[in-house]
Parts: sequence; C-alpha cells; structure tokens
Amino acid sequence: MKIVISAISPDLDSVIDPRFGRAAYFVIVDTHTLEWQSYPNPGTNASSGAGTQAAQYIASLGAGVVVSGDFGPNAYKALDAAGIAMYLLGTSQTVREAVRNYKADQLALVNAPTAPGHHMH
Amino acid sequence: MRIAVASGKGGTGKTTIATSLALSLAGFEIPPIFLDGDVEAPNAHLFLSPAFEQLQEVAIQIPQVDESKCTYCGKCAEACQYHAIVMMGKKTLVFPQLCHGCVSCALVCPEHAICETPQVIGVLERGSARSNISFARGVLNIGEPMAVPVIRQLKQWVQPRLDQLEILDAPPGTSCPVVESMRGADFILLVTEPTPFGLHDLRLAVQVAHELKIPVGVVINRDGIGDQQVDEFCQSEGLPILMRVPFERAIAQGVAKGKPLVDIHPEYVELFQQLFMQIAALP
Repeated sequence: MKIVISAISPDLDSVIDPRFGRAAYFVIVDTHTLEWQSYPNPGTNASSGAGTQAAQYIASLGAGVVVSGDFGPNAYKALDAAGIAMYLLGTSQTVREAVRNYKADQLALVNAPTAPGHHMH
Repeated sequence: MRIAVASGKGGTGKTTIATSLALSLAGFEIPPIFLDGDVEAPNAHLFLSPAFEQLQEVAIQIPQVDESKCTYCGKCAEACQYHAIVMMGKKTLVFPQLCHGCVSCALVCPEHAICETPQVIGVLERGSARSNISFARGVLNIGEPMAVPVIRQLKQWVQPRLDQLEILDAPPGTSCPVVESMRGADFILLVTEPTPFGLHDLRLAVQVAHELKIPVGVVINRDGIGDQQVDEFCQSEGLPILMRVPFERAIAQGVAKGKPLVDIHPEYVELFQQLFMQIAALP
C-alpha cells in the first residue's frame, strides 16, 4: 500500500506538515518496504484552489491513502470522489512516525471535512 | 471621470469621505453617480438613503461537464488557473465556489463536453439618492466568495452621461476586489489614518495604484492621533495630501448615527469641492 504524508521537507524523517493543500512536500511511502519518494506540492503558493490542486496531484501519484493535519471541504470532496482514504496525523511528528501509526491502525479515518475552507479573495 | 475611494486598511473612513464628496458635488449641473463597490458589506446607503428602483442579478458562468462526452483528457483542469475543475481519476469535478467564470475550460475542451450555466452570485440595485445623486450598489449573496464579478458588472451597469462624475466606494484591503474597484478609475483617493496600521496598508494600496498607473491622492482621517509617519511617507513618495479630517467626538457620534460628514460639519462642503477641483486640475 502506498500512502502519502504531508511534510515540511522531502524525506522520510521530515517533520510532518499539518496543512494539506498548502503542504510543502508530499512524501509517498510504501508501507511494506518503507521505500519512499517525495514531491514538492505544486499548489503550496496557489492564490486559490490549493486544496483541489493538491488533491488532483495526490490522485495522479496513484496513492490510495493520504495522511495530513486537516482536510478542507474542497480537498475532502475531491479526494473522496477519487476513493482516496484520508487519515489525520494524530500525534505523529515525522513522516516515519505517521507511517508507523498508520500501520498500527492508530490514525483516525476522516469522514467529513475537518477544517473550514480557507478560500479568500 | 471616475474617482475610486480606497484605503487598504478597513475602517479608515472611505465611505465617510466618499459619501460626503458626492453630496458636496451634488449641486453640479449633472449630479454625480455613486457606486458602492464594497459588495461584501455595502453601507453607503446608510448615508445617502437611496430609493432602489431597479434590480439586476449578477451571474457567472459555471461549467457543467457532460460525462457521456468526457474522455478525461484533463485539458480543462490544466487550463483552470483557479483549480475549480479537477481530474480525479475517471471523474471530472467542478467546484463552483472556486470558479471565476472565465469559461477557459469550455474553450479548451476538445470533446465539447463542457457547457456553461449561469449561477447567480449577487444583485445590482440602483435608484435615486439624496440630492439627486444616482446611486448604485452591488450586493454579493451570503455564502458566495467571488466579489469581483459583482464589482465588474456594477461598473458596467451604470452608464454615466458625458462629463458625469462617478464616485466608487471600494472595499478595504488590496486583494482582487480592490484591484477591480480601482481598475478603470481616473483617480484614486486613498483614505488613511496616521497610525502604523494605516501606513502599512496605505503603502500596499499605493503599490496597487502604481501598478495600475492611476494617480493617487491621500485623505488623512482621524488626524491628530498616531504619529507623523504617514505624512513623511506621502512626502517622500510625492503623494498629495488633499484633506485632513480631525479625530473628533462630534464626527464619530454623527457618523455612528448615519449622518454624513457634511451634515455634521457643513463647512466641509467647500473643502470637498476644493478637493475635487484639485483632482480635476491634475494633468
């Protein structure tokens, strides 16, 4: 299983980024082998639509699970439509911890947007 | 000629200045048009008491995807700079609240699978106000995030007569709605207060005006509080300070009751007329 975790720097031992749409990086980790790759989030500085842009990017990476600190209404709707499961980081401090907590079934599954929209013009 | 009254910082007195400027010039052969462009919180009507006679809905074009024609090529999502239409695997999702109604998605769709359907986001209202001022305002519907189309259509809706002055009361800030309010103006009157907050946002507003290449003048409201930094900034930037309104209890009380500044202090009529003459005399 490949899972995506939002992170502030591009590696497995990075501190997590609690933001989804405006996360600095997405680290995609194979939960069995711990092989990982990282990608800069193309929407981190988007003037608007960061959540939908990030969701589309996650879908293009082929991940089935994404772990982050919150999911706004647009990101939630998009990820949910693509059948991508969303989990909250909980107490995870690093990407590696988030993977461990995910594997130990310690993360809360998200069933509704967890943050109000940040949309502002 | 159109004068936009803006500020950067909220609550500096844009509407106080804009409404009294309009009232002071209402004796002209052709009374001015007043546009309340603060469509998220219009309040100039409290001072000018218009009787609204006409109403028009503001709609933007929202894409609708015909799933039977869509091949999931993703060209629409690439074209949309607002990420209001995205490809999620074999699904094309539209987020109306992010959509600016630019119709790029429909234009680039090779399958002609996207049609645009109007979605009402607000209304325009107009009528005659105090002293024969033609008053119009935009009102963004509650829950809608996109103020710009309402402001754009408000500006197009009123057809000024030749030589008729338009005064547009802009929203606070320096984001898209303010840029749209300033765009097309011949002069921007920036109302500020002599505080670090007023100065901070004045700097930003001046940058926007410079970017749009529109001349600027400054009104210092609540003069006497704060410090000299706004004055110093205006001097170093070569910005004319066209009026000062003192920090005064009688003005605050009157405005809080919905009284225009020129009703509280009628001597300001002449000052506003002089202010306008200074603007009109600019090259």
